[in-house]
Amino acid sequence: MQDRRKFIHTFVRGGLLTGVTLLGGFLVLRDKDGEFCGLDGHCSKCDKSSTCSLSPAAHFRQSVWQLDPSKCIQCGRCATECVMTLSAVKCTHVYAMCGYCDLCGGYLKPDIKTISTAAENQLCPTNAIRRKYIEEPFFEYEIDEALCIGCGKCVKGCSAFGNGSLQLQVRHDRCVNCNECSIARNCPSEAFSRVPASSPYLLNGIDQDSTKKI
Amino acid sequence: MKKTLTLLILICLNLFFSWNAFSIQRFPKPEFESGYTQPDTLMPSARAEILAYMDVAVLILALSFISWLVLKKRSRKGVFWTSMFSLIYFGFYREGCVCSIGAIQNVSLALFDSSYTLPVTALAFFAIPLIFTLFVGRTFCAGICPFGAMQDLVAFKPMSIGVRLNAILGLLPYLYLALSILYAATGTDFIICRYDPFVGIFRMNASFGMFVFAGGLLISGIFIARPYCRFLCPYGVLLNWFSRYSRRHMTITPAHCIQCRLCEGSCPYDAIEIPVTETKNHDNTKQRLKRLIMMSFIIPLLMVVGGYTGYLLHETLAGVHSKVRLANQVINTEVSPLKAETFEIQAYKSSGKTQAQVLKEAGIVLSKFKKGSIILGGFIGLLFGLLIAGKLLKRHNPDYIPHKGRCFSCARCIDYCPVKAEN
Repeated sequence: MQDRRKFIHTFVRGGLLTGVTLLGGFLVLRDKDGEFCGLDGHCSKCDKSSTCSLSPAAHFRQSVWQLDPSKCIQCGRCATECVMTLSAVKCTHVYAMCGYCDLCGGYLKPDIKTISTAAENQLCPTNAIRRKYIEEPFFEYEIDEALCIGCGKCVKGCSAFGNGSLQLQVRHDRCVNCNECSIARNCPSEAFSRVPASSPYLLNGIDQDSTKKI
Repeated sequence: MKKTLTLLILICLNLFFSWNAFSIQRFPKPEFESGYTQPDTLMPSARAEILAYMDVAVLILALSFISWLVLKKRSRKGVFWTSMFSLIYFGFYREGCVCSIGAIQNVSLALFDSSYTLPVTALAFFAIPLIFTLFVGRTFCAGICPFGAMQDLVAFKPMSIGVRLNAILGLLPYLYLALSILYAATGTDFIICRYDPFVGIFRMNASFGMFVFAGGLLISGIFIARPYCRFLCPYGVLLNWFSRYSRRHMTITPAHCIQCRLCEGSCPYDAIEIPVTETKNHDNTKQRLKRLIMMSFIIPLLMVVGGYTGYLLHETLAGVHSKVRLANQVINTEVSPLKAETFEIQAYKSSGKTQAQVLKEAGIVLSKFKKGSIILGGFIGLLFGLLIAGKLLKRHNPDYIPHKGRCFSCARCIDYCPVKAEN
């Protein structure tokens, strides 16, 4: 009786162990688009990337969340849905795209009477955009990330009236890379997706490789 | 030398600006005369990949250490301090992410959605504790899981809640596991992470609901030890199954049980099995056969009932999926266009999708849910059947032993046993 039970236990244990190993092996080295993936997520088809229908993040083991500014409709949920109390999504200024306008659609409210830095003229609810005079008639706009809540009001203004150099991005020094991003779940325009951890930004008008990363 | 360098920089800059000119700009880039240099757009990088592998290494080391403590050293103190380490490392330092409980969802999503690449670290966090459990029992629960460590810390006045209530509440984790797999596999939501009670404490920024949930669990955890582990944890279900077939397991006594009953009340989790020397149905073959036949009818019947209930509920369950939600909203705006436009409808209108496309996508999700819900219902039915079958079957058991499935290997009972090891 005891021996029989022992035998059954050994048998089941062996089965479970094989099951877990097979499941793991299958999930890591699985067939993707007709090719086997390596440990780093790449397959032999990756050299000829034009034939692959998978998203860029699918080729890498480690991925992070990022939002695509071209899909973003600036609904303002990034400010409220993030698990961090000050959202990990913040406005990012792509200086290379900025027109340095005096009448900035991202900085000033649309119906102001005078162009000044007075608080009632500012679009940003937390005074996170700093305006600095450069030379006639250009102004530099800088985001104070400690104040930015990621509401996207400035982004909306900039893309409506300006070049679209202000863009919302997940800042990876704040993002805790949740298993399932809670902003992504609530994003109305499906702008959030997993991107490779090695190139974690989706900014428009910027060459990812040429810019400095800290 | 200096001249060539300047020339080079100029060429580089020129190339950069000419590349930049491809993007259409309403306002052209100004040409500054005051020598202003344009600042770089800072892009802080994500957590280094090597650190993720370090987490796996820490997991393996900690698991090996605690297994040695429980099985060889038989030290409750050691288990306690290991659990403190895990609470600090996996809890507060790693902020409860990645965790083995949540990794169930990554694995099920990867299993059903081939476009999702499973991080090796998530797979490691899923599989390594299971493999350890298969050899040494649930030592992962004892002091590696930060959730367990957190609740173990507050179990001051544990009470027994009785066999029946234990069995009934013990069904909840199965339901939770089935639901989380269904939602993860359909790409709807990661509900384990979403309703994670303690992550708000680890990150020190819980939302109000999360705070109430965690507070409730911790306060009730003073009297009913480890409520999350016993009556909610979906990973505990897998560990329970695996632990039942473990090669070795923690024992209360190091040598032989002298039936002193000192350990009887020591387990806060009602996991010690009291001796059963008289088994009523042990020799009555006729009665056992009758029961076997009865169960072989009841279990399939329960599975059919469960599956049908799942079928009835599948539309409700699918309502959470974003595509189904959008389709519902699109239909609603058709019916009553006067209502305020939601962001979802705005995004749908600007995306240029047709209504037929949206409805088709929702239809695909619905059909997935139909299949999944029927399986889920059948699974729950099977569990109910097995629960009843388990109640009818009593195993002969002469000593006080920990139930291999339910025992968390916390090693509390060891301290109560007066028998010393025979060398």
